[in-house]
Amino acid sequence: MKFTLSWLKEHLATDATLDEIVERMTMTGLEVEGVEDAGAKLAAFTVARIKSAAKHPNADKLQVCQVETALGDLEIVCGAPNARAGLVTAFAPIGTYVPGLDVTLEARPVRGVVSNGMLCSGAELELGEESDGILELDANLKVGTPVVEALGLNDPVIDIEVTPNRPDWLGVYGIARDLAAAGIGKLVTKPIIPIPGRGAAPLVEIENTEACPMFAARLIRGVKNGPSPDWLQQRLRAVGLRPRNTLVDITNLIALDRARPLHVYDASKVKGAIRARMGREGESFKALDGAVYTVTPAMCVIADDEKVLGLGGVIGGEESGSSEATTDVLLESAYFDPTLIHATGRATGINSDAQYRFARGVDTGFVLPGLELATQLITKYCGGEASDVFVAGAEPGPPPPINFDPDRVRQLAGIDVKPTRVRAVLKDLGFETSAEGQSSKRIIVQPPTWRRDVEGGADLVEEVARIEGFDKMPTNEPPRAPGFRSPPASVGESRTRIARRAAASLGYLEAITWSFCPRAFAAAFGGGGDDMMVANPIASDLDCMRPSALVNLIKAAQRNADRGFDDARLFEAGPAYQSAAPEGQLRTVAAVWRARPPRHWRAAPQPDIFDIKRDLYTLLEALGAPVASLQTASEAPAHWRPGRTGALKLGPKVIAYFGEIHPRALKALDVEAPMLAFEVFLDALPAPRAKGRAKPPLEKLDLQPLTRDFAFIVDDATPAADVVRAAFAPISSSSAMWRCLTSIAANAWRRARKASPSRSHCSRAKKR
Amino acid sequence: MLRTHTSPVQVRTMLKQKPPIRMVCMGRTFRKDSDATHTPMFHQIEGLVIDETTSMADLKGVLIAAIKAFFEVDDVRLRFRPHHFPFTEPSAEVDVGCDRSGGQIKIGAGDDWLEILGSGMVHPNVLRNCGIDPEKYQGYAFGMGIDRLAMLKYGMNDLRAFFDADTRWLKHYGFSPYLLPGLAQGIG
Repeated sequence: MKFTLSWLKEHLATDATLDEIVERMTMTGLEVEGVEDAGAKLAAFTVARIKSAAKHPNADKLQVCQVETALGDLEIVCGAPNARAGLVTAFAPIGTYVPGLDVTLEARPVRGVVSNGMLCSGAELELGEESDGILELDANLKVGTPVVEALGLNDPVIDIEVTPNRPDWLGVYGIARDLAAAGIGKLVTKPIIPIPGRGAAPLVEIENTEACPMFAARLIRGVKNGPSPDWLQQRLRAVGLRPRNTLVDITNLIALDRARPLHVYDASKVKGAIRARMGREGESFKALDGAVYTVTPAMCVIADDEKVLGLGGVIGGEESGSSEATTDVLLESAYFDPTLIHATGRATGINSDAQYRFARGVDTGFVLPGLELATQLITKYCGGEASDVFVAGAEPGPPPPINFDPDRVRQLAGIDVKPTRVRAVLKDLGFETSAEGQSSKRIIVQPPTWRRDVEGGADLVEEVARIEGFDKMPTNEPPRAPGFRSPPASVGESRTRIARRAAASLGYLEAITWSFCPRAFAAAFGGGGDDMMVANPIASDLDCMRPSALVNLIKAAQRNADRGFDDARLFEAGPAYQSAAPEGQLRTVAAVWRARPPRHWRAAPQPDIFDIKRDLYTLLEALGAPVASLQTASEAPAHWRPGRTGALKLGPKVIAYFGEIHPRALKALDVEAPMLAFEVFLDALPAPRAKGRAKPPLEKLDLQPLTRDFAFIVDDATPAADVVRAAFAPISSSSAMWRCLTSIAANAWRRARKASPSRSHCSRAKKR
Repeated sequence: MLRTHTSPVQVRTMLKQKPPIRMVCMGRTFRKDSDATHTPMFHQIEGLVIDETTSMADLKGVLIAAIKAFFEVDDVRLRFRPHHFPFTEPSAEVDVGCDRSGGQIKIGAGDDWLEILGSGMVHPNVLRNCGIDPEKYQGYAFGMGIDRLAMLKYGMNDLRAFFDADTRWLKHYGFSPYLLPGLAQGIG
């Protein structure tokens, strides 16, 4: 929403400077996006008159001009072809910054003649593209007049972001009201006196009162339409609108000034009565933007006896629009349902000033005043005689009143505001307040018709707090918690934190990669199902939720290798997405280790799956996982390389996979080097057993540790992990071999374990 | 459904816990945006406090303490500015004082402002829908983008580099695993 400072001051009597006004707007909730102050940028440029121009003695294309300026008569060198005696133009003294050239003027001889300033073109002042010569200003201007004043540019344009709850800020008057309440000036209110009508009013019918609850119209006969007055054209241009003709410009002005969209029809093009009804299949019309729109039964149209004239509250029709030839004008001021207008805007792609305002909700109490204001302006600038007003339907009821305790302002916002001041602020904003009863401290607040966003006490607190100023809010030091009843972090959060630190301390670099990956990559890692596709992906290579963080880590390791950093060890603590159900999102820690190629002189010794297994075990121990009870199985999903892969299981639950990635999966990712990896499923770890950190007393044996090596002869197919597990397992197996083996092993290991408090001994043995 | 903000965690917390509630959560969030300062995946941190007398003055205190600790600048200036969010009332956007001269944003200097987070008092309808009596309880909520704050703190100019896993970047901006963040030793 753009408006100029002088426009605002028409409604706000204030001596405040532009900066003060902008600051107060910001602190009242009107977010200022930008202020364009052409006047400030061009303040040094003044009007000057060329008294004589003669050819430069040393240059063909230059002239030496004697110029009458604000600083007296000066000699100035000028290269413009249109520099001539008598021309009134823009002058910049030495030391001026010229924005169009991005230079600051210095007194320097130009081919031997010193130029005491510069005569400027429009492009040099950033006023336009064309640069055929210097500016040609009105010959009657006084020398020394600021150029911005001569060109009417001394009116800063303020651009604000209007939040969707405040449609009343889509009119300059509404902004002035809030600023006046905030104490930066006085709201200028001029009563809108209805103009008595003469002659029959146009006939209006509303067929659907939900879509269009109220429709007021009047005829103004015998107008003379044409270009609008300069002040109006300048005002519209300043905020980026193209002036058309007086009638249309007046409706645009009222839309921007009062957030009240109107429409003017050429009455001679309307046949019979005006109807607000829903569209019918097969109907279409040519709109003011030149496009033809097909209407649907979900849109509210304005039609006459023969045809659709336009889309109510969205856009008018080209045929029935008013032109310079219009003599009888039909003026419309209506209220349309915001939801319907929003939907129509979306369906047609039209985002007109009217559509924008109706969709957010215009002031239901300003339908008739808006019509009268337009009548005033039209009869003032176009003449004509106004008919009676025809009103179809009725104004929607006011927003419901709120029973409010003024002390809520202190309770919720922390600002101490006296009840009388609360009422005064609300009154300035247009709310009516009355005491609930003689003995009650509560008040009854009636929101105005333009504030349908205010529904309860909290909204009123916000009104008072922002007008009083959020800077008046005290600051309470954060309280120190007296102690936690439960740990502040959840089990999953704690585990993630520990796993991160463990992996990082092992030398892995923590990365965060996308939750997405290309579908083909996901398919190579057991994902890529239809339910895991992103409905609205940002790019075609980020179109699928990743089934494992490994996909992106492997690609990242390869990318680093391509850049010459070929020994990447990366990990990520993040989600893996295995199905669209909530439990399909797994909390994982994944790591990859891309070894240098074997023939590299720095490569030896090559890491193998025992290295990655060691890192995995260290991480699991840090997590407090029951490392000793984990079983190692060899079955793993197809992206792991058979024979060089292990699954760590606790009962049926897979805690982690580790090993080499299958070359086929790597090929799908276009990666050649072998990749060692592990992936831990944090939520598969058993819940921590007891609360608290109490530990049993330390049992120390007085005996020396004793070390024995045992060798077992087992079948080739027996996994090493089974032997180790058997050593720890209670004697329960039915097989004779197991019974024998486990009894020996168990006894041996029990002794070894009791004797040695060090766990590393066990881990080493396990690895073998 | 990919969440566009972490606010669902607030709702789940309020449905699961009885007041008083003090909660901070962070996580991945997703939006269809991609340029130097927007990525389709990013991170948010959100806080929620519900108690009987918790007011905006408490919100102010907590945010000032948190932002000071994050930027590790003592004289960081914060400005609370009225705004509109559908789930808080009153609502405030918070700007941090900064200096923009020289093309770089410097926090804790200059007289310019930069918006960094949204906050406000939880809307009574939100409390009611979560089974909390808005006549008895009230509280505040705030949320901000972690990645963008990190960009500001470390003067990084491209958010996309955060998710590229370039080992040079990771080594340069990473932290030692032995340094635990905390108010005593700093957080970055």
